[in-house]
Amino acid sequence: TLTSRLSKCHKHHTLQIELSLFILSSGGAELLFDGVKKHHVTLPSQSEPWDVKQLLVWIQRNLLKERPELFVQGDTVRPGILVLINDADWELMGELDYRLQDQDNVVFISTLHGG
Amino acid sequence: MCPQNIVGVSRQNTVAVHTSELQLHDKVTPLTPTKAKAALSNEDIMRYSRQLLLPELGVQGQLNLSKTSVLIVGCGGLGCPLAQYLAAAGIGRLGLLDYDEVELSNLHRQVLHGEENRGQAKALSAATAVKRLNSTVECIPYHLQLSPENALQLIQQYPAANVSSTYNVPTRYLVNDACVLSGKPLVSASALRMEGQLTVYNYRGGPCYRCLYPVPPPQETVTNCSDGGVLGVVPGIMGCFQALEVLKIASGRGSSCGQQLVMFDAQDARFRSIKLRPKQAGCAVCGENPSVTQLADYEAFCGAAATDKCRKLNLLSRDQRITVQDYKSIIDNAEPHLLLDVRPLVEVDICRLPFSLNIPLSSLEERKSEQIQLLQERVSQLKQQMAGDLYVICKLGNDSQKAVQVMEKMIGSEVDSITLKDICGGLMAWAGKIDPTFPQY
Ligand SMILES: [Zn+2]
Repeated sequence: TLTSRLSKCHKHHTLQIELSLFILSSGGAELLFDGVKKHHVTLPSQSEPWDVKQLLVWIQRNLLKERPELFVQGDTVRPGILVLINDADWELMGELDYRLQDQDNVVFISTLHGG
Repeated sequence: MCPQNIVGVSRQNTVAVHTSELQLHDKVTPLTPTKAKAALSNEDIMRYSRQLLLPELGVQGQLNLSKTSVLIVGCGGLGCPLAQYLAAAGIGRLGLLDYDEVELSNLHRQVLHGEENRGQAKALSAATAVKRLNSTVECIPYHLQLSPENALQLIQQYPAANVSSTYNVPTRYLVNDACVLSGKPLVSASALRMEGQLTVYNYRGGPCYRCLYPVPPPQETVTNCSDGGVLGVVPGIMGCFQALEVLKIASGRGSSCGQQLVMFDAQDARFRSIKLRPKQAGCAVCGENPSVTQLADYEAFCGAAATDKCRKLNLLSRDQRITVQDYKSIIDNAEPHLLLDVRPLVEVDICRLPFSLNIPLSSLEERKSEQIQLLQERVSQLKQQMAGDLYVICKLGNDSQKAVQVMEKMIGSEVDSITLKDICGGLMAWAGKIDPTFPQY
């Protein structure tokens, strides 16, 4: 369970966090990730808790195939991409400063322009 | 509880003139307010009986529908089912706006139009179909493009404004700002490939489109239906969803999508509801100190044209490009050359020139080793013949220019030195100017 896993982490003084990343293709955001919609990734342990800002850097280095400028601008996502954490707009969660928890769902969607 | 904007109209009991003839409007003209019915007629009761039986609607809800006017921006894949269900349910007045004409490639998703409507204004074609379904609905077809000059005047006449198939980014900001400035809810949806999204903006204190997207996306990240493709039923589902939310707002029940994004994944047959941020105090149009107080130049703001027509890139110099006529004479003279088609495989399956080599632009960009090796082999074969250039083609002549730029960086290292040129206007120009039997899509 989540609680037992977290307490285990605390006991070892390391933080091993598994993140389920769902990269949805709305408007083509998954095309940045080689067309793969769903990624299940494990972030390496580090002394500080992972936040979303660090996650964006990690994604850029580990998941993005080409053209990182279509995903990030500066230290945040480019305009037109909405970030969702556990089915809520990341604005409600603290945006870049949100501290990631084990089993969090992070979704990147880009707005659709069609009909 | 009835939303204020809809009650507002019902108090103005001016008699509306119902005509059975449809007149296509090419500009915005003042409308008489819709008439509020005192009671349902026997015919109304029979026609709407199955929905009158719902406690969620009832007689009062039906009367509310009959005095509501809705503006539908775009009579395409979303707008068609939206207009159809609103008319069937007995909405009072429908403004149907579209600047386009019906084309054969629309019919797979824009289900109000038929084969015989090809070339006709979409607004008129949609209005005619809606009238056939329910002649008591007042339809006003507008054959015009929404602009900063006409948008406010138009939207102010419609209590429950409504945007559907606005593929392009400038029009989305324009409609959003016009709705905020005139205090109307905006039931917005979009669909592409196998996915759809829906949100009701500027509704009961909720966020507007700018609250979510204060900065427009880079133009190259925006894909429309003619580039990305769409399965017709997907906008159909989203357009029906829009109709549902409009009917809930118009009848007085209210929508629950005000601070929500509904995402539909047709592949997994799954809907997800996302809680969105609230209205933003710093929003440029609906915030506490708005900087947008009138409609301005949205094409400049977004760096994009407000049409859904395909844009033309100009990345290469003149001497790096040739016309389809020039390419035809290269073939006619049997000049040795290599033709590289950089479209995705799914498009090559639709049609291709028989002697072309296909390597998608994405494979070139990602430098997929197998594909680069194939290219290298073909280039060195060509060089053994001591002559010939490499011509790059795609659908419309945009990706082919990008491909030339990508390959220029490989030349001399990964690929032998060769002259690269792109074919202006791509295969669609070939079909239009050289070979009329070549399929267009
Ligand atoms: Zn706003």
